[in-house]
Amino acid sequence: MAVTTAPATTSLGAYAARRERRKTIAYGIFFLLVALAIALLFVRNSAPGMESTFKLNPTTKEKVITLNDLILPTQAALIVLAGIISVIGLYQLVKGFKRVVIVLGVVALLFVFAFLIWAVRGKSINLLGILTFTVAAATPIAFGAMSGVMCERSGVVNIAIEGMMLTGAMVAVVFASISGSLWLGLVGAVISAGLLGVFLAILAIHFRVDQIIAGTAINIFALGITSFISQRFLQPTPALNSGGVFAKIAIPGLSQIPIIGPVFFNQSIIIYILFATVIAIHFMLFYTRWGLRTRAVGEHPRAADTLGVNVFKIRYLNVIIGGMIAGVGGAYFTIGSVGRFDEAITAGKGFIGLAAMIFGRWTPLGAYGASLIFGFSDALQARLQVLGKTQVPIPSEWLLILPYLVTMIVLAGVVGKTVAPAADGKPYTKD
Amino acid sequence: MAPVLELRNITKQFPGVLANDHINLTLEQGEIHALLGENGAGKSTLMNILYGLYSPDEGEILIRGQVTKITGPTDAIRQGIGMVHQHFMLVPVLTVAENVMLGEESTRGLVLDRKKVASKIRDLSQRHGLEVDPGIKIENLSVGVRQRVEIIKVLYRSANILILDEPTAVLTPQEADDLFGILRSLRDQGVSIIFISHKLREVLDLADRVTVIRRGRVVGEMQTAGASQAMLAEMMVGREVALTVDKETASAGETVLSFENLKVLDNRLHVAVDSASLEVRAGEILGVAGVQGNGQTELVEALTGLRPVQDGKVFIAGQEVTNASPRKITECGVSHIPEDRQEDGLVLSFPVYDNLIINTYYRPPFAKGMVVNEQAIVGQADGLIEKFDIRTPSAAVPVSNLSGGNQQKVIVARELNRPIKLLIANQPTRGLDVGSIEFIHQQLVHKRDDGAAVLLVSAELDEIMGLADRIAVIFKGKFTAVVDADDVSKEQVGLMMAGNSLEEALANAPKRTSKERAIVT
Repeated sequence: MAVTTAPATTSLGAYAARRERRKTIAYGIFFLLVALAIALLFVRNSAPGMESTFKLNPTTKEKVITLNDLILPTQAALIVLAGIISVIGLYQLVKGFKRVVIVLGVVALLFVFAFLIWAVRGKSINLLGILTFTVAAATPIAFGAMSGVMCERSGVVNIAIEGMMLTGAMVAVVFASISGSLWLGLVGAVISAGLLGVFLAILAIHFRVDQIIAGTAINIFALGITSFISQRFLQPTPALNSGGVFAKIAIPGLSQIPIIGPVFFNQSIIIYILFATVIAIHFMLFYTRWGLRTRAVGEHPRAADTLGVNVFKIRYLNVIIGGMIAGVGGAYFTIGSVGRFDEAITAGKGFIGLAAMIFGRWTPLGAYGASLIFGFSDALQARLQVLGKTQVPIPSEWLLILPYLVTMIVLAGVVGKTVAPAADGKPYTKD
Repeated sequence: MAPVLELRNITKQFPGVLANDHINLTLEQGEIHALLGENGAGKSTLMNILYGLYSPDEGEILIRGQVTKITGPTDAIRQGIGMVHQHFMLVPVLTVAENVMLGEESTRGLVLDRKKVASKIRDLSQRHGLEVDPGIKIENLSVGVRQRVEIIKVLYRSANILILDEPTAVLTPQEADDLFGILRSLRDQGVSIIFISHKLREVLDLADRVTVIRRGRVVGEMQTAGASQAMLAEMMVGREVALTVDKETASAGETVLSFENLKVLDNRLHVAVDSASLEVRAGEILGVAGVQGNGQTELVEALTGLRPVQDGKVFIAGQEVTNASPRKITECGVSHIPEDRQEDGLVLSFPVYDNLIINTYYRPPFAKGMVVNEQAIVGQADGLIEKFDIRTPSAAVPVSNLSGGNQQKVIVARELNRPIKLLIANQPTRGLDVGSIEFIHQQLVHKRDDGAAVLLVSAELDEIMGLADRIAVIFKGKFTAVVDADDVSKEQVGLMMAGNSLEEALANAPKRTSKERAIVT
């Protein structure tokens, strides 16, 4: 028989293994460079004997347990941190970590900590204040992210979150001002943003308009109409633009826990609504009938359709609820924090929310975690500006860029490949 | 007793096409009824009407003697009708259990009752021999197992009428045999099955009765016991069809294409072709047999300059063309019939005549310097349309308006109308009907007899067995065996396609019985 067997060859994995090895080494070198940066930038710029003080107690009112301030010798602490990162880098070079992304997160955290220690050298900073502000700054971003999760899991890209929030922010303050009730303001925000959700849903689902264009149109519309109303009515009539703010509510018991208590459980009611929303979406998405159908519709609508699932109904429902969630986020800008509406008050937080959603891989918990990171960068830049130019010789304009810079770095793929729902952004047609 | 299902006078008009023209069909309790017809004959339209995805313009559906209105899949499911679609309707990132329960979820309060569903799936698995783990995600399953999940999905909804639309198109021969076993056992338990196919052998093998459809009309209905392939083919196509390819023994000449230790990555940067080496000689057809997705696509793209070669060398007619541009490779005398005709073979919005010169437009007589010569282009098109029997109203019609078979003929005409040394054909007859397949097979053999080397890649084992002079089996990116076609049986090649070594395949499958050519439908 004229039979020839193909020659035995190198294993299929050999090439992949080489690629993997190269990646391992690249990470190791990167970690060592981080350590070097700490040594060159921070250790060299601090004098022996300096101390960095981190206050861990709320500045206000009742304290059940008082924690001691965290006082670190600046230079020694920086050297220790640089040392730890070097060890991590060397281990990575020699053996390599299994879950290198997590290690990357740890190194980033250590670097931020080193930066903070250096920035407050010889001074003190209230760490609790930064963390509390982080949670607050993360809130509108997280509402945007939750809105995105709701819509995109069902296969509709919602880029109009920014516009929905902006509308919600204005309607909230106007309703609250007129009615005198913050709750009515909140309801108004939810309804107005929900209506924009209806509008997006009709365009995207019924008319199958390109979802990016439909969303952009809503954003432009929202920016225009709110700016117009603001200039024409709110500025001449301040009574329309002073609805007040939801007071902070300390949750009995929980708020007494050191650090976590004041950071998470002594906040505005809207932030508690956020916590409930995050948990509810997580539960609904992964444990209920609605969630299963939503995920199926977002991944493979035709499959769902052939099993009798109403694709259009699910998408309409999700997009409208998504709009309402964005409305709550919008209300936070006005009746949740500053009490008045200014033009373009949302400042791109809706878009950062979308970034948080991607960073969190379209999961509610992940997206909230990502929102906290963005919130932290926001809080950090605010505090660093307070410390002054001599302490942190970085121009304040640069510090203002920080949250957006973090967004860009994250989206540029630091998190690795993220996979959107397969049918995300694709209109569904029944032949 | 009334039949389980009866379709009466079903008529469906689409713009410009009468897809179903007064079709009658009866399905008895516990039979496998094949619906046979060429592509575009109206089989799928009919089944989509039955499943509630389309509404008929005329006619009625009777289920167990009762006239029944079916306006959507929910109605169909309620009536006990289940459908396994040609393209699987499974959500890759969800688990088997989630896919099975979708639309008919078990819940405890608000919460999905995954345990209950899983135990019901295990139950069905055991009863029908459909082994599958309910907790595993679909994306981690092979095609054969996915199809089992589709059948479980239908059984989970207690369907007793099962429709399968071209279920074997994506399976290895062994997987298809398993499927047939399962379907027979379901039939014996009283399930009535409609089996849609354009493969004659399968229909005769599996079905009890067959209804043949041509151009939206029923042209015949009979017991398979008395039917033959030739008879069914003639009914299906409307004329006598040569089911075997007439060809002389190859007289192979010098090596035209050779590659050594070729390594190519797929789009996800995984190794798709791994240290592959092969030689194809003038005057022979070398068939690459393999289940879809074993590196064939990447191999062909690398050979035609469409995908970078990571490692190894490619020679065509003695010239090294590793990572050469597609144009350079074309100019070496290579023709390429790509796998996806609409994606890679044609510019759909261009007229037929432009598609016919799309790789020679820059050369005389089609170009004079920078200017194209419209007259020469249109003139050549008219000639080719006649020569290759391309059915089109005119050469100026956008190629998107042509049927799949005629689109493929446009590509074949373009690629085979020049003197060539090497033809690389990837799935040249995929999705085509018997008539077009016959034509394209003849063209391939002609080119071989003219002295060209032909590399034929196909997932259709019958096609490989019918055309190839030598067979190279590809599995997970490697050539596991290269054999003379006359030395192996179809079953043996099938085993190798599923990953068995040559020795195992020779030992475990029946030998080739005669010199007879396999039937290629």
